Amino acid sequence: MASPGVSRVPVDQITVSRRPSASIAVVGNPNSGKSTLFNRLTGLRQRTANYPGATVEKHVGTANLGKVVLELIDLPGTFSLSAHSMEERIAVDVVLGRMPGTNPPAGILAVVDMTNLYQGLFLVQQLMELELPMVVALTMSDAASASGLRVDIDSLQARLGGAVVCPVVATTGQGMNALREALAALPESPMPDLPVFWPELNEAAEKLAGESKVAMRRIEIERELIDGSDEKLAEIRRELFGDEPPLAKEARYRYRWVREVLRGAQQKAPLPSTWGAHVIAWLNRPVPGTIGLLLVMATVFQAVFAWATPVMDMIDAGTATLGFLIASQLPEGAITSLLSDGIVAGVGSVIIFLPQIMILFLFIILLEDSGYLARAAYLMDRVMRSVGLSGQSIIPMISSFACAVPGIMATRVIPNRRDRIATMLAAPFMTCSARLPVYALLIAAFVPAESIGWLNLQGLVLLGLYVLGIVAGVLTALLLKVTALRGPKPPFVLMLPEFRKPNLRTVLLQLWGRVRVFLRRAGTVIFTVAVIVWALAYYPRSDTVASELAGERALAEATLTGDALGETLQRLEHQAAADQLAQSWLGRAGHVVEPVFKPLGWDWKISAAVIAGFPAREVVIAVLGTVYAVGDEADEATLAQRLKLATWPDGTAVFTLPMVFGLLIFYACCLQCAATLAVIQRETNSWRWPVFAWFYMSTIGYVGALLVYQLGSG
Amino acid sequence: MRMVIICDQRIALGFRRLYAMTLTSLQRGQKGVIRAIDTTDPTVQRLMVLGLVEGAEVEYSSAAIGGDPLEFRLFGSAISLRKEHARHFTVSPLPDGG
Repeated sequence: MASPGVSRVPVDQITVSRRPSASIAVVGNPNSGKSTLFNRLTGLRQRTANYPGATVEKHVGTANLGKVVLELIDLPGTFSLSAHSMEERIAVDVVLGRMPGTNPPAGILAVVDMTNLYQGLFLVQQLMELELPMVVALTMSDAASASGLRVDIDSLQARLGGAVVCPVVATTGQGMNALREALAALPESPMPDLPVFWPELNEAAEKLAGESKVAMRRIEIERELIDGSDEKLAEIRRELFGDEPPLAKEARYRYRWVREVLRGAQQKAPLPSTWGAHVIAWLNRPVPGTIGLLLVMATVFQAVFAWATPVMDMIDAGTATLGFLIASQLPEGAITSLLSDGIVAGVGSVIIFLPQIMILFLFIILLEDSGYLARAAYLMDRVMRSVGLSGQSIIPMISSFACAVPGIMATRVIPNRRDRIATMLAAPFMTCSARLPVYALLIAAFVPAESIGWLNLQGLVLLGLYVLGIVAGVLTALLLKVTALRGPKPPFVLMLPEFRKPNLRTVLLQLWGRVRVFLRRAGTVIFTVAVIVWALAYYPRSDTVASELAGERALAEATLTGDALGETLQRLEHQAAADQLAQSWLGRAGHVVEPVFKPLGWDWKISAAVIAGFPAREVVIAVLGTVYAVGDEADEATLAQRLKLATWPDGTAVFTLPMVFGLLIFYACCLQCAATLAVIQRETNSWRWPVFAWFYMSTIGYVGALLVYQLGSG
Repeated sequence: MRMVIICDQRIALGFRRLYAMTLTSLQRGQKGVIRAIDTTDPTVQRLMVLGLVEGAEVEYSSAAIGGDPLEFRLFGSAISLRKEHARHFTVSPLPDGG
């Protein structure tokens, strides 16, 4: 029903400059350097969305190749078109053009690690059956030639039916010009000639395609024959595969072809030993490998505590001085209190942990990029098997030391749903970077900085808390695997990537990404919470308290002189500030919940801070910072000093050692993180698991803190 | 061998498992060529998709804590699998340096 007067132009005649003309799928094995290459080609012209119904990020970028602009889709790494995990399934669906909301690819950029042509060409051969134009990028060609590997590109190109093959080094950009040219010509290129490697399969597929009423491409029929279970095809399957599993037969046929190609195209010289090979040879022995793993983890935690201290002390002193300057230079009143007690004390007490968080993230990124995490999974498989999981669950858990959110997302490589959920519920127990501030503050304030031998007592307590998190997480997984998530023992099959020197650019980019998230949170969520908490702690102002103070001050000034007067005045002001706080909204709310937390030895201030920390645990520090600043006249004191001086009305200290340890255990266990709950909800696609995780972890935290306090206080 | 061939395939595989070398019997640093595979286990099929097929040359390079899983080198990459699955791959060892 076209309205008259509107002339219609066919869609394909509209040309908008800089609009991608075709979309190209970037496909390759995991660790083939695919994403680095994708970043090289698209630069910053990238956007990230989610695939419908899945939390897997869809990375789409625009490659500007002179006259041609192409849309590149960076797909999750896969070894085969027989999907094994959720991410692989998405890669396969996009490649086959059956992912809703994603353009069917007009061509394929196959990414193959030149040092691992064997598995790379297996996937390339499967991709060739898409009957789409294809360019093959051979990445890490520098590493290949360094190891003495020579590849005859012309011969390889001929064997791949004329698909253009470009050796590149994605990290340095070497060979990129040739690749760009090949890509620019890709949409117009002919599809490569298909190699004949399994004539029976091709014939069967063609016969079926002729019979079928709906138009199906050959590759779709072939995949259905191999991966599907449609009963109607049972007869043909029996003819094709005999008694053998189709996957096994496919693998045999394809790898026979791959070996033939490699015989013609690859001349391998003996491997000269590189530092990576030496490291592997050493780490390959079970005992040095295990000791190495423990040393690596110990170094990470030691660095987090020791290296960051000087910078943290500077930030701490800076925050305290700034608060003092504001308080002393500006007239006393609400605005001054908001600035010094609310914003500076609240946000400052969180910002101080930036150095620690940066160090932690740096280490996790380095471990990941160097290929060490996969090795940790391999080393720990035996241990994880005893709790009903496989070594693959280790990678999400180690990532969770930085943050549980990427950790939970890293569970996607685990094929079985039950094992995945068990890992997801174990991951939030790992000590994340947001728990670190609370630990660091309480340990620095209440654990003596003494050494037992060469062991630092504070570091030891911190290590203990990390161990507590690991043990609680692993036991949780075990508990789930013998009850709600009972199932067969998960298998363990993992490709172990070579050790690689991490690329500085990539590492810094990732680190900056994490730091930006942290700073944005400090600037928005934590800032807001600090201001709200300040308002709740400051208002309403009680006239009674103010007039009582004025009365007593006049009395003191009339009767006392000198030092005694100064001391009394200070005591009076302190008392008045505490009284104001106690009758503020926050004080009243805190008193309401105090009975719940009283058995843990917490006063109303800590109770209020803990409750405020449920959306994001690092907020607790901001709340403590604000609450203790509002209720305290000593402006230049750090938060740790203020905590040490906190007393019950009867004058006894609030922060006793059993209470502090209980608080630490509460933090180690409690799931105070809305982002984690949200990601569990998204990844499991149900509310059941996040709700369960929240109640389960909160209960453990409360009971743990209760036991430690009650037993410790005798 | 003729006897074995006319037998049911599973009996043949059982025979091989008893008397032939599998991936688990290689020594550290020793190379072998995969000769036969018991393909019933889905994990074994997955390993085949990753390249552990008849004719592939593998080298046993290490074992993890507790002697399991095992790591093998396969055409320049490294793959790890458990003993229970490695047992399904019959190999003929290559002489040293072969």
